[in-house]
Amino acid sequence: MVLWQLFKTFLVMGFVSFGGGYAMIPLIETEVTKYGWMTAEKLTNVIAIAGMSPGPIATNSAILIGYSTAGIMGAIVSAIGMLLPSMILVAIVSAFFIKLHHNPIVQSIFYGIKPLVASLIIYASIKFSFSNNLISTELSFLTISSFLIFGLSLLAIMKLKWHPLYVILLSGLVGVALYS
Amino acid sequence: MEKQWKLLFQLFWCFFKISPVTFGGGFAMIPLIEKEIVEKRKWLTSEDVTDVFALSQTVPGGVAVNSATFIGTRIGGQKGAMAALIGVSLPTFLIVLTLGISYFFIHDNLKLDAAFKSIRISIVAMIVYAAFKTIKTAIVDKTTCCIMLVGIPALFFIHPIAAIFAGASIGILTVWIKRKKGCKVELEHRQDKESDPTQHPDYFMGAGI
Repeated sequence: MVLWQLFKTFLVMGFVSFGGGYAMIPLIETEVTKYGWMTAEKLTNVIAIAGMSPGPIATNSAILIGYSTAGIMGAIVSAIGMLLPSMILVAIVSAFFIKLHHNPIVQSIFYGIKPLVASLIIYASIKFSFSNNLISTELSFLTISSFLIFGLSLLAIMKLKWHPLYVILLSGLVGVALYS
Repeated sequence: MEKQWKLLFQLFWCFFKISPVTFGGGFAMIPLIEKEIVEKRKWLTSEDVTDVFALSQTVPGGVAVNSATFIGTRIGGQKGAMAALIGVSLPTFLIVLTLGISYFFIHDNLKLDAAFKSIRISIVAMIVYAAFKTIKTAIVDKTTCCIMLVGIPALFFIHPIAAIFAGASIGILTVWIKRKKGCKVELEHRQDKESDPTQHPDYFMGAGI
């Protein structure tokens, strides 16, 4: 039953997963909360681990959610759920629409989807800022340090062009130093 | 028969080797595909590869997975697609699963908890960065800006899938209306070197993950 729910959820997600993994966070969150698979905090950890590994972030998150909910089988059905739509759609496009990206209707669909993908990612960052106490009126050690970590991470990745893996690893060390 | 199996295995192995570099996005694969598939095996030309990546972005799913499946189909039909898909997915599946199993195994550790307290904040920073990158390529005029601005509060009330379909419908509708009124619609930024994600060292965030 759980395996079927996992497969179904990620199969549907696979069909709409446009614009990179981060745009799928709101959808992942909605589904995970609906089924009670994990808490918001654990989900953020899962997304962090998904971002630490190579491969698409949405698929990686699906694999981890599947594993935590139903073990290795859960991980396998979730991965298949995410990959099957790619397989099917690529087969259709290869057979009939090899010039799909030049099609005017497809281009106008993406004209509308791309800004919505931006909304999805902005929505995800607002949600996660709240769930990680980044936006808070309380001035405590936790909020100030969180804000510094946020600013420095953004600087490292945006201006200094660090590899995300290094940012995550260094941030982990900072966390151990500050919070343990 | 044996020749076909050899080709399928070669496809599988090619993508199996390339896959671990697809860190945070499929575009990191392009230089390696050039080397393995264009130069070494001569299965495709450079132009084919550019075309495949453009096409891959119009299909939902990871760019790495889609482009591997497209290339597999071209070279070995449906079986080739399967071989390439498994090849590109298996290494990352095993890596993420290993990391996940280790995390769930030791997740009650105080030091790990402390590390993740900080890592979660860095992930928020990465999502914000991905948002900046997406805005740069997605917002080409006032209409797209409106769609984005309306989309953010709307997401607090409607299901994300409904929102994606709404975005697609609005896209078709506005382009149709604008064309009818005789306005010229610039559907995307002109592909100069500056905005082409594959020409940038930081392409791996936000674009085609």
